Amino acid sequence: MENQIIDPQVLNLSKEDFSSDQMVKWCPGCGDHAILRAVENVFPNLGIKKEDFVVVSGIGCSSRFPYYMNTFGIHGIHGRAAPLATGVKLANPKLSVWMITGDGDSMAIGGNHFIHTIRRNIDINILLFNNKIYGLTKGQFSPTTPQGSKTKTSPQGTFERPFNPGELVIGAQGNFFARAVDTNPKAMTAVFIEAAKHKGTSVVEVLQNCVIFSNKAHELITSRETKDEYQLTVEHGKPLIYGKNNDKGIVLKGTKLEVVTLGENGVTEKDILVHDQYEKDPGIHVMLARMMPPEYPVALGVIRSVAAETFDQALDNIIAHEKEISAIKTADDMLNSGSTWTID
Amino acid sequence: MTSKNSKVVELEQVVIRFAGDSGDGMQLTGSLFSDSTAFAGNDFATFPDYPAEIRAPQGTVSGVSGFQIHFGQKTVYTSGDLADVLIAMNPASLKANMRWIKEGAIIILDVDAFIEKGIEKAGYKSDPSTDGSLDGYNMIKAPITTLTKEAVKHLDMDMKSTLKTKNMFALGIVMYLFNRKLDLINQHFERKFKANPLIVEANKAVLAAGFNYADTIEAITNTYKVEPAPLEKGRYRNITGNVATAWGFIAASERSGRPLFLGSYPITPATEILQELTKFKNLSVKAFQAEDEIAGIVSTIGASFTGSLAITTTSGPGLSLKSEAIGLAVMTELPIVIVDVQRGGPSTGLPTKSEQSDLMQALYGRNGEAPVIVLAAKSSVDCFYSAYEASKLAMEHMTPVILLTDGSLANGSEVFRIPKVADLMPIAPPIVMANDPNYKPYRRDEQKLSRSWAIPGTEGLRHRIGGLEKEDVTGNVSHDPMNHQHMTNMREEKVQRVANFIPEQEVFGKDEADLLVVSWGGTYGVVLTVVEKMVNQGKSVAHAHFRHMMPLPKNTETLFARYKKIVVCEINNGQFVKYLRMNYPQFKYQQYNKIQGLPFMVAELETKFNEILNQ
Repeated sequence: MENQIIDPQVLNLSKEDFSSDQMVKWCPGCGDHAILRAVENVFPNLGIKKEDFVVVSGIGCSSRFPYYMNTFGIHGIHGRAAPLATGVKLANPKLSVWMITGDGDSMAIGGNHFIHTIRRNIDINILLFNNKIYGLTKGQFSPTTPQGSKTKTSPQGTFERPFNPGELVIGAQGNFFARAVDTNPKAMTAVFIEAAKHKGTSVVEVLQNCVIFSNKAHELITSRETKDEYQLTVEHGKPLIYGKNNDKGIVLKGTKLEVVTLGENGVTEKDILVHDQYEKDPGIHVMLARMMPPEYPVALGVIRSVAAETFDQALDNIIAHEKEISAIKTADDMLNSGSTWTID
Repeated sequence: MTSKNSKVVELEQVVIRFAGDSGDGMQLTGSLFSDSTAFAGNDFATFPDYPAEIRAPQGTVSGVSGFQIHFGQKTVYTSGDLADVLIAMNPASLKANMRWIKEGAIIILDVDAFIEKGIEKAGYKSDPSTDGSLDGYNMIKAPITTLTKEAVKHLDMDMKSTLKTKNMFALGIVMYLFNRKLDLINQHFERKFKANPLIVEANKAVLAAGFNYADTIEAITNTYKVEPAPLEKGRYRNITGNVATAWGFIAASERSGRPLFLGSYPITPATEILQELTKFKNLSVKAFQAEDEIAGIVSTIGASFTGSLAITTTSGPGLSLKSEAIGLAVMTELPIVIVDVQRGGPSTGLPTKSEQSDLMQALYGRNGEAPVIVLAAKSSVDCFYSAYEASKLAMEHMTPVILLTDGSLANGSEVFRIPKVADLMPIAPPIVMANDPNYKPYRRDEQKLSRSWAIPGTEGLRHRIGGLEKEDVTGNVSHDPMNHQHMTNMREEKVQRVANFIPEQEVFGKDEADLLVVSWGGTYGVVLTVVEKMVNQGKSVAHAHFRHMMPLPKNTETLFARYKKIVVCEINNGQFVKYLRMNYPQFKYQQYNKIQGLPFMVAELETKFNEILNQ
């Protein structure tokens, strides 16, 4: 029942096949534009028919996304994109379902749905646009806003502790978590493709910039001057090395990750932790997801990708089995099953 | 087994109430007696009355679990008011049920439970079985616990298992009283406890012991017989409202060719619908137990978008949580059915008691102008047909439908003449064919004003919908003032036009009379029983029972005009009557309301209706 992958050459789709005729109404300079372009570039290359994509969203700036894609799409209500996507996927597991959401939509009002969807491992792709602010309601702090940030509802600075989406995803038994920044379309495209390929709930956190209400929220990670020191693109089987001169690395020291410099204190490449995205144990993945500047670089790329049975597949398997073994084949059989009697 | 020469008395109808501690197995006892009643050819209806707690403190009034059955040689419309026979397994059960039995009723007691501690726990000051307070009743004081132990002594069972069978002793007595054969029940034991022959043996022995005990004792001089009811030819079964609801959707799914999806969250008294639908994976039913009420309905909307007959089930508190999502289904004009099995409210209210107090919530409980179709099932069996009709209307008119049932219908059971799915009304959802060049998301059917259903995965039909206001025809997001006015009008008119596709309101009794009794939903049986009785007495009364709440049947207004007086009775503080006053203000309505977590009683309605007639 899963979506049949067709040779993209045969499908012969292009970016234009997925561009809608609607005016895109995000603010100029908003990171959402780059994400939209990346998705438009990814869809034609997945080997999936254009009518088999469904783009689902909740509420927020990011959630206008379905209107800007020429696919089947449904724009839901605040926080409820995950159950909406769940309903679509369970009703027809052949469809490629993409859920677009934000840090308000999925970390706050939809937090419960978010974790349960991940726990069930419904085969959908979640693109979580994390701009660390409520944009559409004009600038209140969100569950990912860094502590101390001054916003419209925290004029003295926030005093609540933020969520780290990756930690939440893996804590909810998530099997796929990747991270990208809106300033790097190429890397974004690459992780979206990986997310699409993964069977089960794939969550990609896109660190996205809101030019109006939290401009430069990801400044350290994205600015030309500092990005090399604060971005670590993880690759399966490769040592966790980064930095302008490729001289920084991550080692596991005791129960903690630590940043080291190659060549200092006798540290060599052999000492550096090698990334294993397929490791079932979530320990290192959580540590990687939790790394934040200024102490650490932020981990980008596919942090965790573990194969597991999906909910939709499990349900279809049970249905297939029950259909095979049951004597009840029709509603009439059901109505006449069990204890009945006849009056002549 | 041969009976002693007790006199057999013929009765037209009987109400029996089984009551015991919530761990005493009274529901099973009652349902076994129901099976036997079915085989005796009677019409019957049943109702369980159980506490909100799973195991309330033993021996207390709050822990009493009851099961009532009403059976007769004529059509039975309700599970009955007052019982002719009460089985009370302990003092608390007697205390809790005395007000539900007729004067002079037969009371079967387990006297072994009438010891000081039990009597005190039940809140009695003295032993009611000996203090003369029950002198007006026909008391059968059976040492049920002692004789149960005796009956299984040879099986060498532990005490806990032994005491678990004492309900069968009580059942044995009742079986004797109503001249029933034990074979059917023994067969049930063999099926149910197949893996445990000792339990089969014990239950059989205790059942027979109860039966023989009744045959022996002097206290029972008469036994009773209720002749078979003249039921229409056909195959029958016993069905509860919740199971009937679940099955109605399965039938509608098959008939419409749309796969069935349920998104739901457990809530009393609606949970059994979810449980029932999870069983039917063999019929490809996808029943999704969501993380909350909101996910229940929103997954339903997702499945509806994807072409399923998509439903969600809940009770009042859950309907509140679903309000915003119902609005989304109104805006996206997707077919979903929301079942609200009403219970006592507000808030958590009386979870195990029935009420009709969600009508206004169903009609109006949403932000914005958000009309939906509202149906109300009239009986446990009608839950099947209502679920079917709700599915048909939702899909053919592309709109959410709220189906109201209630705790009484949901848990009560009735005799159901099994229909053939092919004989049910056809269902024709407006599904768009691939590459239809004329497809527009919000282009409407001329008659129904419904938009059409373009299902993801179908070539040439890609489109976007959502909760933002949509431009007429294209479905693009629109904030245009006149468009919003137009679309609001269309959504309203679409629901109003459903009146062209539903039957006209029927009346029981004369076309013109002094009094029209109006009721809706789950009170059908008891109100009809009263009106039928009064009509037979020559009174000028008729009965209009509503199942279609929104829109109302087209002839409602002309029908009301033909009666001198109208009384609207409902298990709430007057919601339908307010709605009627708003819709048809030219009529004067009297009302009879009750909101006590209890059903209407025949006597109270009869008194009220006579009072109005005599005004």
